[in-house]
Amino acid sequence: MNDLLQDLLAGIAADKLRVVDLTHTLNASFPQLSLPPEMGQALPYRSEEISRYDGRGPAWYWNNFTLCEHTGTHFDAPIHWVSGRELPNNTVDTIPPEHMIAPACVVDCAEDAERDADFLLTRGRLEDWEAEHGRIPAGAWVLMRTGWARRVNDPVAFQNYDEIGQHTPGPDVGCVRFLVEERDVLGFGTETIGTDSGQAQRLNPPFPCHYYMHGAGKYGLQCLNNLDRLPATGAVLITAPLKLEEGSGSPLRVLALIASDP
Amino acid sequence: MPRSRAALGLTAQAAEGRFALQRCEECGQVQYPPVDSCRACLSGELLWTPMSGRGELLTHTKLHHSNDPFYRERLPWRLGLLRLEEGPVVVAHLHQECPPPPAPVRVTAKLDKAGRGVLVALPTGDTRDMSTDPRNGEFSCDPRFRKVLVTDGKSRVGQALVHELAEAGAAVIWVGQAEPWKKYDGQEAVGKLPQVTVVPLDLTDERGVMRIGAEIGARVDILINNAEVHRTEGIATRAGAELARREMEVNYLGLLRLAQAFGPAMRSRAADGGASAAAWVNVLSVYALSNYPPHGTYSASKAAALSLSQCLRAEMQDSGIRVMNVFPGPVDEEWNQPMPPPKLAPERLARDIVLGLRDGVEDLYPGDVAREWVERWRDNPKVLERELALEAQ
Repeated sequence: MNDLLQDLLAGIAADKLRVVDLTHTLNASFPQLSLPPEMGQALPYRSEEISRYDGRGPAWYWNNFTLCEHTGTHFDAPIHWVSGRELPNNTVDTIPPEHMIAPACVVDCAEDAERDADFLLTRGRLEDWEAEHGRIPAGAWVLMRTGWARRVNDPVAFQNYDEIGQHTPGPDVGCVRFLVEERDVLGFGTETIGTDSGQAQRLNPPFPCHYYMHGAGKYGLQCLNNLDRLPATGAVLITAPLKLEEGSGSPLRVLALIASDP
Repeated sequence: MPRSRAALGLTAQAAEGRFALQRCEECGQVQYPPVDSCRACLSGELLWTPMSGRGELLTHTKLHHSNDPFYRERLPWRLGLLRLEEGPVVVAHLHQECPPPPAPVRVTAKLDKAGRGVLVALPTGDTRDMSTDPRNGEFSCDPRFRKVLVTDGKSRVGQALVHELAEAGAAVIWVGQAEPWKKYDGQEAVGKLPQVTVVPLDLTDERGVMRIGAEIGARVDILINNAEVHRTEGIATRAGAELARREMEVNYLGLLRLAQAFGPAMRSRAADGGASAAAWVNVLSVYALSNYPPHGTYSASKAAALSLSQCLRAEMQDSGIRVMNVFPGPVDEEWNQPMPPPKLAPERLARDIVLGLRDGVEDLYPGDVAREWVERWRDNPKVLERELALEAQ
């Protein structure tokens, strides 16, 4: 076997490299993206038994499941947004597989999100982060850590609706434009139900992360888990969406490889 | 079992709370028991005609022995012969407060536990409350002292139902809530009622429905399935099947999942003494009878639910659980906002459902619109279909 691959396997075997699962378990109470009621709606995850060692199939257990491309921990492809509709290789079945293994920069906003559910990540905060951890490399994921994953077993707190709408943290317009135009990142990932903030329909343009990222062929990751286990830099993400023809996104297992001693 | 198709006519009338007998169109004779041709003139022109309900008790007797296990548990049982104002002498079950003969009585037609139409004589005056006689309580599904599940407590109809059931004396009310992160006005008031326990219940989730069925199914006496998805689309107004599928998932498959999760335990508890399982209520729509094109996919899902509820009723029949289908016209709620009045107030619908349970009816058409609609449908379903198509243009 090639030395590089041998080293990788040896590193994992010797616990020098750890595999961190950044994925939530899909179940029927997993909070689902919810649009105004007159619009089309994303299906939540549902699982129905086909048979369980019974009259419907005596020696086997299996289920049919239904869900949306954007249910649970999931990947957004550029075609998801109108700004990315004309780009080449903009669907989950056509994106280059090389993009499915990439480094990650983790920006810790947990205290800010704790203080203010509508917290917006700014360019200024990213520049502060770079001053401490170095320049965000081209082709890297930028992950916004907010602690939101801890709310996942309380769907009301995870969604965080009031009479105005949803209150969840996300990036502001300047932050997104900086990452796209000046850092050429691979994509943006969050712990919340969208890459944009809960009130992002009030920004200009509305849903800037979707608009600019997908408009530039970048990707999104949502409902990430365990970001608190990642270092600020040095993690490598494995993000392989299902190969759905013309798919706008896909639920996926997100894995991170990290060095066990920093 | 009824011996003839004609005998089922009494059951069909009683199912809607009416006491009717056949009257001969030729000679006017009122027939009892139901027959295929007139006893007096042999004419086949017999029309089911509402009776006044006034009668005179001629004789009565008390049954002290029965080979039928149902009656054996409820002996002694009062029976009587009475003469109707319209002529015939009929056999009826007697409410225990009926005075001895000769005495005036009020005659009603009820469904018995097996779903057969029978005649029940009550004392004159207001004795809507059948349950004052524990035996006649067999003909009613009064929510008083009973434990009730309302499958959607968020909607206006659901909230009205919960308040009405609390008012009617229900002992426990479980209130289903799907998608807990979506809040509705009035939701908190429902949760504060002392009888109420909120349970997570989303009819699209088979495992979740089975789980709640396992937790409370053995205690539910009355299940009221009012959960629905209602949008106002036809075929041409909305691309794709996504919305229609959501309607079917809740309105049709949701009923199937509920019936599989709650039906068996309720069936087994239908003869469970004083606190027995009693009734299953499906809140359907008059659109289940004939498609209303502006709400076309919704109508189709309700028609599917109606058909399935007939299957449920047949499967429940020998247990004694009453399956009541409710066919309201447009209800004054969110998705009927563009519709002109008259619309049925959710509070009125809730009140009619509780009255329907007390009366033990099987099919309920609450409000003027629903009654007018079902009359047109009975008169000629094809004509109604054409009328609705014209209305949609």
